[in-house]
Amino acid sequence: MKIAVCVNHVPDTETKIKINSDTISIDTNGVNFMLSPYDEFAVEEALRIKEKQNGDVTVISLGNDTHKETLRKALAMGVEKAVLLKSDGARDSFGIAFALAEELRQMAPDIILFGKQSIDYDDAQVGTLVAEMLNLPSVAVVVKLDVQNGKAICEREIEGGHEVVETKLPAVILAQKGLNEPRYPSLKGIMAAKSKPILEKPAVLAEMRVETIQLRKPPAKGAGKVVGTDKSAVPELIRLLHEEAKVI
Amino acid sequence: MKVLAFAEQRDNKFKKSAFETVKAARGIADQLGAEFVALVIGSGVAQVAADLGAYGATKVIVVDDPSHAQHSNTACAKVIATIATKEGATLIMLPASQMGKDLAPRVAVKLNAGLAADCVALKVQDGNVIATRPVFAGKAIIDVRVKTLTKVFTLRPNVFTAAASQGSAAIEKTSVALEPSDFGSVVKEVKVATGRPDVTEADIIVSGGRGLKGPENFYLIEQLADVLGAGVGASRAVVDAGWRPHDEQVGQTGKTVSPTMYVACAISGAVQHLAGMSSSKYIVAINKDKDAPIFQVADYGIVGDVFEILPELTSELKKTLGK
Repeated sequence: MKIAVCVNHVPDTETKIKINSDTISIDTNGVNFMLSPYDEFAVEEALRIKEKQNGDVTVISLGNDTHKETLRKALAMGVEKAVLLKSDGARDSFGIAFALAEELRQMAPDIILFGKQSIDYDDAQVGTLVAEMLNLPSVAVVVKLDVQNGKAICEREIEGGHEVVETKLPAVILAQKGLNEPRYPSLKGIMAAKSKPILEKPAVLAEMRVETIQLRKPPAKGAGKVVGTDKSAVPELIRLLHEEAKVI
Repeated sequence: MKVLAFAEQRDNKFKKSAFETVKAARGIADQLGAEFVALVIGSGVAQVAADLGAYGATKVIVVDDPSHAQHSNTACAKVIATIATKEGATLIMLPASQMGKDLAPRVAVKLNAGLAADCVALKVQDGNVIATRPVFAGKAIIDVRVKTLTKVFTLRPNVFTAAASQGSAAIEKTSVALEPSDFGSVVKEVKVATGRPDVTEADIIVSGGRGLKGPENFYLIEQLADVLGAGVGASRAVVDAGWRPHDEQVGQTGKTVSPTMYVACAISGAVQHLAGMSSSKYIVAINKDKDAPIFQVADYGIVGDVFEILPELTSELKKTLGK
């Protein structure tokens, strides 16, 4: 079984976002980057499928040299091969998906895994764009995956419940938290990752379809009222919610 | 010019996000002086399609076919793209629900369109639609313009209004031929979780954090939620500790929510949590620590012990709300 996992290198969740004076990009000075959390579930799932059914796993990322850190993390977890599609400038979801699809078309994996969304621009669209570009079925927001006999049975989250979705392979699967508990790279894995190759090639980018006009901070919210410090404040809170906020 | 809105239904009932999408799309069509059409896809949906008239649809295209009884994203996307082409619609709007997010990229590729996902505001400026969407889980906001002729937008649920008004819609039934190969993946079963609303759709959310000390104390959150008809949310700390299921997690690695009221109980307010809920209209915080960051975004706060305050709040609300 040939498995590909697409991953992104993103600011960690504790990052306070600062916007550059160009008003279309963020200031990355002092920002810690990491393997996007949902992509980590995707890497783990790829490794589990490989361990159960044999096969090989390739991890792919699109970006500049800094993405090698995230690729090394996946290699340290146990992935064998890494591909960096090099691209330095601005790009949109469509452009990223196009470049990934070009690479994946040649690779022709049985399963392509993504995180359900990258936690930077939060589009949650790249994986499904790639699926459509490759004319493959896809299942998004997957919390349970069972691969067997050329098909996959997935359980995916929807509003207020789960859907059980059956898909033929090859397919694109988008991982959600809950799918698995990602392993920590072992010391041996980290050492081994250093000598695993990262294949670098230029990304085949498509023309951008979405243009950024402005990136800005959300309107600051002023601190509100402290209604009290014990349960005697409850009637006043209810009054405020009823009369002032009118939410109950 | 023509705007097409996809009205999502499940079990032949429209989702609130369907009404929100139709109403917002109709508003944009009016500003652009464009025609407007709504699209409903399903099996046995013809009866409910007229409901969209109250949200500004004057014409609803209905694709009612037994093959859509079990949802398939690949088949459904083909129907939307086919109808959009037939209608000559160049602005396509879908809810950014789990279903909509699954369809929009496919529709965009089929129509050579650019896609602005998870929009929280749309405005018309010089004949262009400017879409506003949160990024970095709401730590920043981006305004974008789709450059392609055909444009696809998904609209975040619970953000756009869905107030009903007078109006009726003409129903036009049509069909789109599908091949077995169009059904690449198919929903086999839907499992409904709890009776409580999902946090992405709830008007009110009551959320609990580590200060509740253990999963056994979450009944305090659930009781308050049930009095308010609210959804139950949780912080990352309690989900990672295994106290609560991950589908309740609010924050950057959970769900981003925009309810009318968010009640944060014993949640300190880590950056990644605030990112996921600070667009709530009203925020109530109950926390022992007066310096907790949650108070910096809260409209109303009680600096106190949740174990004392929550039972009191639940019982007082029961009286107030007559439950």
